[in-house]
Amino acid sequence: MSSAAPAPEHGWTGWLRRRVVAALPPEKLLPDSQPAYMSSWVYLFGVATVSSLAVVLVSGGLLALKGPAWWHVSAVGKYVNSLHLWSVELFMFVLVLHLWAKFFMAAWRGRRVLTWMTGAVAFLTSIGTAFSGYLVQQNFDSQWIADQAKDGMNAVGIGAFWNVLDFGQMLTWHIVLFPAVICLLSAWHVLLVRLRGIVPPIDAPAPDTHLIPPGQEERA
Amino acid sequence: MTRRNRRAATPESSAFPTRPYDLIKEVTIAMVLVAALTAGLAALFSSPDERPVTLGSWSRTASADFTATAVSELDGTSTTAQYGPPYNHTPGAGQKIGPLGLQRLAGVRIPIDTADDFVIQPLRQAPEPPAVTDALAAWSAAPANQQQAWASAYSDALGKAPNGDPAQVAPGGYGPVPVLTSRLLQLAQSGALDGELLTEGGQFYQTDYTRPLLFLGDGTYFANLAQAQHLAGDQWGMMNETGNYPGQAWLWLYTFWYQIEPFKSSGNADALVWALMALLSVALVLVPFIPGIRSIPRWTRVHRLIWRDYYRTQQPPR
Amino acid sequence: MVGSGYEFTRTLAAPIDLDGTGRYVHWGVVQISVANLVVIALMVLVFVLAVLLPFPRGRKRR
Repeated sequence: MSSAAPAPEHGWTGWLRRRVVAALPPEKLLPDSQPAYMSSWVYLFGVATVSSLAVVLVSGGLLALKGPAWWHVSAVGKYVNSLHLWSVELFMFVLVLHLWAKFFMAAWRGRRVLTWMTGAVAFLTSIGTAFSGYLVQQNFDSQWIADQAKDGMNAVGIGAFWNVLDFGQMLTWHIVLFPAVICLLSAWHVLLVRLRGIVPPIDAPAPDTHLIPPGQEERA
Repeated sequence: MTRRNRRAATPESSAFPTRPYDLIKEVTIAMVLVAALTAGLAALFSSPDERPVTLGSWSRTASADFTATAVSELDGTSTTAQYGPPYNHTPGAGQKIGPLGLQRLAGVRIPIDTADDFVIQPLRQAPEPPAVTDALAAWSAAPANQQQAWASAYSDALGKAPNGDPAQVAPGGYGPVPVLTSRLLQLAQSGALDGELLTEGGQFYQTDYTRPLLFLGDGTYFANLAQAQHLAGDQWGMMNETGNYPGQAWLWLYTFWYQIEPFKSSGNADALVWALMALLSVALVLVPFIPGIRSIPRWTRVHRLIWRDYYRTQQPPR
Repeated sequence: MVGSGYEFTRTLAAPIDLDGTGRYVHWGVVQISVANLVVIALMVLVFVLAVLLPFPRGRKRR
């Protein structure tokens, strides 16, 4: 039996910590500098998306405090519902602008394909989440959306399992399952951005390329 | 060096010159701005909350439509009665993507017998005046083809009556059907039917609105209200909202396909549009791998504007 | 007076009332609400501005 404390590098925990710190050292995870080529307003759509997602989650959480029927009968509830609606409109607004910007920057270059893919799947999941939110409004709009959407879902067999006419099922998906998936995908997406760094401009040579004699760029 | 080689490798971002940056400050400022903007928009515009339709309000406002719908549930001609999976087995029903019939494949998992679930059972659950007890007994004792004949005859007669008014229907061989539907109308107008359709299995707690919503959707009243609000499928309704509020504008492409051929007139429109959108969604995820699409950024040269500060400093080496 | 929730909330007028009859633009096969059109136009405008407006130059380091 040893009286010495176990070496920190031992065990599964030590292995995981080594891997995590090696992949994302603190200065990479929370940087205080950025590449000088990041000189455009379009870079702010990403942080705007994350921020509005936070507002969506908080306003949705406030609605959850009093349950789904509250906002129909309370002035405060109505305002909180309005916060939730407009934060979603803002979220989708900046999310799509972020998508446009990253597309025109071909931001998947340089081992960033997974960043693009997680972002695209998060976008599609957001559409599903918003849709399930419209289904649980408990008003005329949600009645009609459910009536119409059932045909789409049934036509491909999904409706047999995922019943848009079942308020309870849609509510649990909207407030638990979908948000959980969006949060996980968003976290993964943002960590990938930190891990791979911000994509350099299209056709940008490595910064010192012009000092290298012609024909030897490959090694640079 | 060929252009191709230069494209092949994207340098690491860490190799480039940097400038000071404060991530947490940026996130905090963004968070405050977005929260303030949201609070402002919510205060300025509020949010839509169009009152839902109930079986009660429907039957009181449009009693003829309610009665005609109830008869169509009895004679099996309503949309729900002939829907096929997942609600019932209707020969030939179910949309297909080419030869692929996913709707049928999923099976009947939410079984609905419109005559029994929407009309007969609710009548049995409520207090029965003697005439209704007799009518229910007559209905149950009759063979299916007799039930069908009564209901069809009554449906035709209602269609010919002024304003579809049951009181003005010409006499005929309708069996117990007029008694049943007029009692159902009474129950609906009293608000009782809304509750009954939810608690048919004997539940107290309930969150599944499949039955009342399907019944409501079988009439024309509900669809007309939606039409007036520009919410119908052929009005790009999927992206619209009641009143003057912005809706799910991000569904523009999904709803677009319904406006054009071959989808517009196809009996399989829902399945085909779903399949197409699934394909396009996969394509979006896989953009980096799709030749042509992935080169659009280079061709459009929007990136030259976004990174113009960088490109200005990168004079071609001489 | 006890009203239903829907009547209650209707008394809360927002400064800008969007509850009236929806206004729509018809253009061939396209039908779009003025509200959605405004949102989409704003998206395009904000994107174009974000691309074109000069970004404040930061100090270079390194």
